Amino acid sequence: MNSDPKLERIAKGNALALCATGTWTASFAPVLERMVADAEKLAGGQQSIFIDVSEVAKLDTFGAWLIERLRRSLTQGAVEAQIAGLSANYSSLVDEVRRVRANPVIDGSTITITGMLEQIGRAVAGVAGTVAGLVDMLGAVLAAGARTLIHPRSFRLTSTVHHMEQVCWRAVPIVVLITFLIGCIIAQQGIFHFRRFGADLFVVDMLGVLVLREIGVLLVAIMVAGRSGSAYTAELGSMKMREEIDALRTMGFDPIEVLVLPRMLALVLALPILAFLGAMAALYGGGLVAWLYGGVQPEAFLLRLRDAISIDHFIVGIVKAPVMAAVIGIVACVEGLAVQGSAESLGQHTTSSVVKGIFFVIVMDGVFAIFFAAIGM
Amino acid sequence: MAKEIQSEIQNPIIRVRDITVQFGATRVLDGLNLDVKRGEILGFVGPSGAGKSVLTRTIIGLVPKLAGSIEVFGVDLDSSNTSQRRNVERRWGVLFQQGALFSSLTVRQNIQFPMREYLRVSQRLMDEITIAKLTMVGLKPEVADRFPSELSGGMIKRVALARALSLDPDLVFLDEPTSGLDPIGAGDFDELVRTLQRTLGLTVFMVTHDLDSLYTACDRIAVLGNGKIIAAGSIADMQASQHPWLKQYFHGKRARAVMG
Repeated sequence: MNSDPKLERIAKGNALALCATGTWTASFAPVLERMVADAEKLAGGQQSIFIDVSEVAKLDTFGAWLIERLRRSLTQGAVEAQIAGLSANYSSLVDEVRRVRANPVIDGSTITITGMLEQIGRAVAGVAGTVAGLVDMLGAVLAAGARTLIHPRSFRLTSTVHHMEQVCWRAVPIVVLITFLIGCIIAQQGIFHFRRFGADLFVVDMLGVLVLREIGVLLVAIMVAGRSGSAYTAELGSMKMREEIDALRTMGFDPIEVLVLPRMLALVLALPILAFLGAMAALYGGGLVAWLYGGVQPEAFLLRLRDAISIDHFIVGIVKAPVMAAVIGIVACVEGLAVQGSAESLGQHTTSSVVKGIFFVIVMDGVFAIFFAAIGM
Repeated sequence: MAKEIQSEIQNPIIRVRDITVQFGATRVLDGLNLDVKRGEILGFVGPSGAGKSVLTRTIIGLVPKLAGSIEVFGVDLDSSNTSQRRNVERRWGVLFQQGALFSSLTVRQNIQFPMREYLRVSQRLMDEITIAKLTMVGLKPEVADRFPSELSGGMIKRVALARALSLDPDLVFLDEPTSGLDPIGAGDFDELVRTLQRTLGLTVFMVTHDLDSLYTACDRIAVLGNGKIIAAGSIADMQASQHPWLKQYFHGKRARAVMG
């Protein structure tokens, strides 16, 4: 059924006649394109030009367009190239193709130095926009919270409880497991190195202070940013893509109040709980390793721990948790609501939600460290 | 070889036999038989939730079936090997209900995507063919560099059709092509399907609710009910049918309005 396409020149004095045969379809496109390019060079000085297509066995859009391309490039001045011998069932296809405007649209995606500089400039300017967006969202959430305080009936308890379950309850196993392991590792490393100075027991001091002040909350916050921040961005982003958020707005609901506030509240409540559980798991893991690997008896460990840490260490750690939760939540919701129509945009914003969330968590931790050092805690 | 061509022309382009599809305990399709002839536009109607889209998705292999056989272009899709299947897939185009354009690619890239995968064609030819396809579906070449999120509903349908047609298929599946279009746009779309069927020799399998489409675009109509084809034939056959659902469908208020 398929035979190789050919384009032959038939000499006819002052006229140029080209005879097309075979299958002119997409599968032969490379061959066809080369033949047409060769035939285009034949133009010049003829009185009349014919392209005979009566022997073409099969024609599709690709073939029809290439014949049309040949016809257009052979047509010069007053001499118009003619297509001859077109069978009835293909004539409408050729007519259809003839309506096509030839000049292809230029693809605008060329890379230039000015373009790159422009991108850098836009990225720098975008930083200010990001900060403004976060402050904007913080304000909107606080305003929505204030409205809810005035009209407690509009508070979405079910939604908040649902998000608490997702963010807090379901996160407990993984958070406890990871902090437990980190506690084990800190204790093991501490014992391994302190033993050289005969200061085995000081590992308890290190573990207690480190876990309660820093590691517990920081590690849990990073995990929550990766686990729940990304989920928030993806949820809000796909709602934005499907116009669900617009639908809410047209029904007279404030998306901040309906969607963002319950999520923020759930996160702000969840992170201190998770940070507490994480710290306990880390201490437990550290104690276990100290006992089994370092030979520190549990009673000795507990006694030492009681001396080493005070309630201040615990407060310093846990006070940071709700603030970090708020930062994670705000970043996630801003990114979610910034999603545009494409799947790619959803992916980009989810990534940047996690990256920015973790970045701000660490910045906040640094700020807190300076603050607590200044007030002597 | 001549015999082969002969059989390809005579045999139905799609032959569906005893198809059964079940989701959990609900049997959606129950021993369904259907033939689609070469070069025709088959309109496929039925009440909402009767399984029209399920049948379409079963034929193109997106929904697993419990029993039965499906032949497309004379190839049994169950016993075919990967290359035969690839070959069949190259020869059909699918227009999904929501368009299903790749949202991170431009219109041009969407239309060129199948060409890039299946054909070895120069970029210049691909660009020109893209414009040709856009012209055929009634769009201006300028939309080529827009993203799907920047298009209206009707334009999305047209671009999706252009993508379905990008490899010059022999068969296209259209799932509710005119839903969500204004009546003029829907009328244009019917006209477009007709023109393309004439120019490209397409066979069209069209799921639709649009009575206008049935009257103006379709050669034959098949009706789905209770998991089976309850009637198939021309529009006149449908109007003559005594089946209660068909009577309601083709003699209801809206049908009378269409018939004028």
